[in-house]
Amino acid sequence: MNPLGITLTLVVFYLFSELHARKRAFYTNPVLLSIITIAVILRWFGIPYGSYMDSAVILKFLLGPAVVSLAVPVYKGRETIKAYAKEITLGIAVGGTVAILSAFYIAELLGGSEEVLLSIAPKSVTTAIAIGISEKIGGIPALTAVLVILTGIMGNALGPELLGLARVRDRIARGLAMGVSSHGLGTARIILEDELAGAVSGLAMALNGVFTSLLLPYLIEVLK
Amino acid sequence: MRPYRGLAIIFGFYALGEFASFALNLTIPGSVLGMLFLLAALLTGAIRLEWVEGEAELFVRNMSVMFVPPGVGIVTYIGLIKSQAVPIFVALILSFLVTLVVTAKTVELLRRGEE
Repeated sequence: MNPLGITLTLVVFYLFSELHARKRAFYTNPVLLSIITIAVILRWFGIPYGSYMDSAVILKFLLGPAVVSLAVPVYKGRETIKAYAKEITLGIAVGGTVAILSAFYIAELLGGSEEVLLSIAPKSVTTAIAIGISEKIGGIPALTAVLVILTGIMGNALGPELLGLARVRDRIARGLAMGVSSHGLGTARIILEDELAGAVSGLAMALNGVFTSLLLPYLIEVLK
Repeated sequence: MRPYRGLAIIFGFYALGEFASFALNLTIPGSVLGMLFLLAALLTGAIRLEWVEGEAELFVRNMSVMFVPPGVGIVTYIGLIKSQAVPIFVALILSFLVTLVVTAKTVELLRRGEE
């Protein structure tokens, strides 16, 4: 194992995080910019992905304990979950299911291959969980990772405006819709406009991750 | 040496989740099971919040850098994305819109019913 891949990742991510801290906009998303930059660098120097990943794999491994750590924000939000139990339960059950089915069926209708359908189905769930689901159901985790981030960017860039167009004013409805449709990046945006909506969005993101990882593998058996 | 307690708990629950997922042949990822186990332990008081809080928040706050290496794997699939650009991107955009609006409207209806 050589230290170059992980160093490259940390340097590139650090630089784009600095940029993002200065110019907070959806198009300065450090994850997407880092992925594109490193992909271009590997291509330029003719470095195979495998030898980059040999070294960067340690960062990917940390996704496991990071997902386990999500138990803490959920535990700390237990009073909010109790207060809005009905909205959260129904919002996730309906929204989480719609997210899977709409992605799967639209891609299928337009001629997507099976591995594409399996990779796109978990796209509304937080990246770490989506990668885990994709691995388990036979999707392409790398494709899932990129599609999840693009989904998050849409929510971050346009979510509140679209909810405005749909005349949704209720804070709980707005927060839940952002968390269920566009996970962490959606939550990061809605929390700027309303703290309660942001808290609900963050909880919806984590709980929708659990809901989707329970439902999706069984749903896929039926859909395939 | 406080951080080691928190890290040991988090990695321990991750190991437990992976083990359960493998042993019971479940399709749910081990990390998600580990989260549910840790949540249950916090709720029952078996694990105290202050034992894990700092370390867990460090992981959650710094999660995004961990998406970069798996995301870079996309270089291996450029051909696939080019050949299936229409199904991929149309499904991505429409599914996002439908999910956002349907979730919001569902919750809004529920809240109006209550008033």
